[in-house]
Amino acid sequence: MAEKKFTGVAARMTPRRGRDLTLSCAAIAAILLFTHFAMQGFILDAYLVRILNMCATYAILGLSMNLVNGFTGLFSLGQAGFMAVGAYVTTILFLSPEAKGALFYLKPMEPFLQAIQLPFWLSLLVAGLVSALAAFLIGFPCLRLRGDYLAIATLGFSEIIRVLFTNMQTVTNGAVGLKGIPPVVNLWWSFGIMALVIVFIRRLMRTSYGRAFKAIRDDEVAAESMGISLFKHKMMSFVLSGFIAGLGGGLIASIVGSINPLQFRFILSYDILMIVVLGGMGSVSGTVVAAFLITAAKEWLRWLDNGFSLGLFRVPAIAGMRMVVFSVLLMLVILFYRQGLSGGKEFSWQALIDFLGKPARRDLKREEGGKKT
Amino acid sequence: MSSILRIEDLKANYGGIEALKGISFDVEEGAIITLIGANGAGKSTTLRAISSLVAASSGAIEYRGEDITGMDTRLIVERGLVMVPEGRRVFPNLTTLENLKIGAYLRKDEKGIEEDIEAVYALFPRLKERHWQMAGTLSGGEQQMLAVGRAMMSKPKLLMMDEPSLGLAPLVVKDIFDTILKLNAEGMTILLVEQNANAALRIAHYGYVLETGLCTLEGTGAELLGNSRVREAYLGRTKAERQSER
Repeated sequence: MAEKKFTGVAARMTPRRGRDLTLSCAAIAAILLFTHFAMQGFILDAYLVRILNMCATYAILGLSMNLVNGFTGLFSLGQAGFMAVGAYVTTILFLSPEAKGALFYLKPMEPFLQAIQLPFWLSLLVAGLVSALAAFLIGFPCLRLRGDYLAIATLGFSEIIRVLFTNMQTVTNGAVGLKGIPPVVNLWWSFGIMALVIVFIRRLMRTSYGRAFKAIRDDEVAAESMGISLFKHKMMSFVLSGFIAGLGGGLIASIVGSINPLQFRFILSYDILMIVVLGGMGSVSGTVVAAFLITAAKEWLRWLDNGFSLGLFRVPAIAGMRMVVFSVLLMLVILFYRQGLSGGKEFSWQALIDFLGKPARRDLKREEGGKKT
Repeated sequence: MSSILRIEDLKANYGGIEALKGISFDVEEGAIITLIGANGAGKSTTLRAISSLVAASSGAIEYRGEDITGMDTRLIVERGLVMVPEGRRVFPNLTTLENLKIGAYLRKDEKGIEEDIEAVYALFPRLKERHWQMAGTLSGGEQQMLAVGRAMMSKPKLLMMDEPSLGLAPLVVKDIFDTILKLNAEGMTILLVEQNANAALRIAHYGYVLETGLCTLEGTGAELLGNSRVREAYLGRTKAERQSER
């Protein structure tokens, strides 16, 4: 009896897996084709390409924060600081000596830093590593704290990084910032790194390290009594998150083309936190979807900032009006969808097919019911 | 029989108060030993101090001839001294199978882990049926089974259980205590902390009574069950008994 049941399940499983694989391959092929044509300027104009680059970069940043906040259960708000490190390191290493010479007109740059010029991929990699190092150093005092205290401490450190950068005139050009960063980041870069980060995090969560992260999130005491070293795993998650955030910061520097310390205020960490909460803590696909939705909506809702008419009276132009929409959205999510848009689950083709097939099946049932009576 | 665990004059502070004021006891290898006592007697703190989750302020903990006082919890678990924490504390957002794998966190032998998962499933068939389910959606009894199974995955020689009967229906409690007997029969030493003194003393070979951080009474399970002070404090005397004393 039990055997029969098993073969039944197995028989159903295999084609389902094959179908999922086919669908995944088709989706990836479609995205690749789309990117290929978009790169040649057929489908998208430069503005849309830029928005898509930003979407993917915010997805990377959201994933880096989700690793710490969603998967490991640490409330950290230091993302803006790691992004700043990533953005500055990438820019300083990537800009040509002549460009740096022209930018540092208040005080000359440290000569050895000015002389360095690396290819973009290497600059980005070093940026990630330096961010990871920053996370390691910050993690030492901070990761002994819990809950809100950790959030406050990481927030403080991210502000310290920003203030340091403002005052390191000969390294970062201070408050003036750095300009003229070549726009090398195209869709291949941003989507490629996003794909790598997605695959990496999904894989990581299936290893014993990933399970230990989630165990710490669920119950620190129980995890510790199973022999899991809390500090070691928290540090590992924090450093990996710092690395990924550094990559994201480097990408942003090239997409935006100029950076200055004010870009990396703590508000930026909240923007990313919003993506994580909206998408669902501990959900990779939720974070990606939320990053695309929020980043794109920020552009589309720009008209709200210019003032609009509400029938009888006119709402004057208020800068930041569109952010109200996100505040309301966030409140609704927190009130009604505590687990975020994804419900804390991951994307699966079966769920999508069930979702799309629901209305049709309901109609079918109704018809069948009608015939019987 | 030799003792596997030896506690000497153990003192520990918990939340600013001295929860353990110097307790000593022995756990004999292959036996079921129970610590009973009221709320706040220091039973849980004792187990947490043995696992190094709470630091001992003085005293010695000797496990298989080795002093483990203040050793890393990880190293203690590695040596086969494992605790099932109070209130089960399974990881609610991990599946049953993932919970079991977390129990084997310190082990590297893939094949042995697979075999032990099957062994846990054989002991608790319910867990096999629900291996894909989030542990938070299991019933209280199933969660307790999972907590025991998870501890078994780290191959314990001495299993410490903190209030396994807490909040469970009487029938389920009976199942859990049957499992404890079964594990003991397979050679596992068990240190059981219980408020349900009656059930605990019935299966224990030897027991200790804790009162506000001190060990006040000890004896075999049967002796303690018959002891008038224990009966009065923890088991509740019958009306007939009280009348006959008059």
